[in-house]
Amino acid sequence: MGSAAVQYIGRVTIGAVRELGRVGWFLLYSLYMIFRQPGSPLQILKQLRFIGTKSLFVIVLTAGFTGMVLGLQGYYTLAKFGSEGMLGTAVALSLIRELGPVLAALMVTGRAGSAITAEIGIMRISEQIDALETMALDPFKYLVTPKFIAAIISLPLLCAIFDVVGIYGGWLVGVKLLGVNPGAYFYEMEKSVVWRDVYSGFVKSVSFGLIIAWIGCYKGYFAGHGAEGVSKATTESVVLTSVIILVWDYFLTSVLL
Amino acid sequence: MIHLRSLYKSFGTQTVLDGLDLDVPAGKITAIIGPSGEGKSVLLKHLIGLLQPDSGQVEVEGESIIGIRRSELNRIREKFGMLFQNVALFDSMTCFENVAFPLREKTKFSKDEIGRMVRSALADVGLRNIDNKYPDELSGGMKKRVGLARAVVMNPKIILFDEPTTGLDPIIKRAIHEMIKETHAKFGFTAVIVSHEIPDIFDVAQNVAMLFRGRILQHGSPEEIIHSEHPAVRQFISGSLDGPIQMA
Repeated sequence: MGSAAVQYIGRVTIGAVRELGRVGWFLLYSLYMIFRQPGSPLQILKQLRFIGTKSLFVIVLTAGFTGMVLGLQGYYTLAKFGSEGMLGTAVALSLIRELGPVLAALMVTGRAGSAITAEIGIMRISEQIDALETMALDPFKYLVTPKFIAAIISLPLLCAIFDVVGIYGGWLVGVKLLGVNPGAYFYEMEKSVVWRDVYSGFVKSVSFGLIIAWIGCYKGYFAGHGAEGVSKATTESVVLTSVIILVWDYFLTSVLL
Repeated sequence: MIHLRSLYKSFGTQTVLDGLDLDVPAGKITAIIGPSGEGKSVLLKHLIGLLQPDSGQVEVEGESIIGIRRSELNRIREKFGMLFQNVALFDSMTCFENVAFPLREKTKFSKDEIGRMVRSALADVGLRNIDNKYPDELSGGMKKRVGLARAVVMNPKIILFDEPTTGLDPIIKRAIHEMIKETHAKFGFTAVIVSHEIPDIFDVAQNVAMLFRGRILQHGSPEEIIHSEHPAVRQFISGSLDGPIQMA
């Protein structure tokens, strides 16, 4: 009984360490391949269109309503202290430092990260990845590195769009609906937001892009058997990416603050 | 040409290859037959390094492919072409792009030369006017033929066929076997075919090896296999339910 328990713990531990090693190797090899064989410009453009351009609608929609909610909540909180004029600052700092990078990344995870896993997973179970290997071609060059490059480029741009649309969402509610002075909204914002805030949002969104491509590609590349294997990989990819983004966000915030 | 020595491979508690030895002669068609689920496709994947054995040796033209660097393995893989059981065409590419893909990626031929080579390879397998069709617009037999064209277009020295005729009607099956024989006669490659097609495969292959319980039970000419006295070989060829081979 005791021996079986020890064996079980040992098996689970070895399995977890092996999985961690494989995830780490996947990231390092992907980064190495970005410099060695980044894929063709056409492949990268295709991925930029898929991860970036096609995420625009959901980003604009989410950003607009996030900004509006911030405007609404911020207004009533600041009004208690007679500081409605600070609404622009509150909305902009919340978006630029935190909500822009995190929410944009979570939206892209749901839309593009899941699709990346499903696409690579289907290629795995239908032996298309094996076919590339038998042709003496590195599957990373075709399937992984273009997605890494596209995600790293797309996320900061989507995050910037998220921030701008969100700020105007807050402006719509705060200024147009609740009567905050428009000059104060933008003037206070301009006065309070510093380069370090923008820089921290940029660093976060670049690293979130890396995480989305890393976990999305990894889960697809090692998808299990059949439709169930791909389905499981896709779910795990979205959950794991979202969790890592939130945990990593905390650590980055504590370093960048 | 290809030598397998004491090959062992297990998945969890299931032993698939159990000390297998096999010599695949150069320039000939070798068929691997055996009951379903005995590891024929697993064996084929070991030949090209898609799977690594737990122990044992795989040599291709005198070079071991076990435990070597990826770049070395890729150099050896350039000698191979492979037709997969499920064809494994790239589903986001047209038929033309599928066949052209290895040429575009591995050679410096011009666009026109690649176009000519692809159309010639497709014509060799009896396919015309399908350049812009996607794999999911083709029948099973047409997909197999596109896969065959992709496998031969680089003129490899060794071609592996994993059940090239499974699921096809008798006429297309016959046509594919004839194509394999014709392309083999034309290019003289070494071929390894995993097949269940008894007795048709005896007309295609010059060597036949029967895999059973993780080992090669018998290896010889088609005549030797057909006239084998081994009970498992006789049972498999006759399709009898009685004998050492039991359904899983």
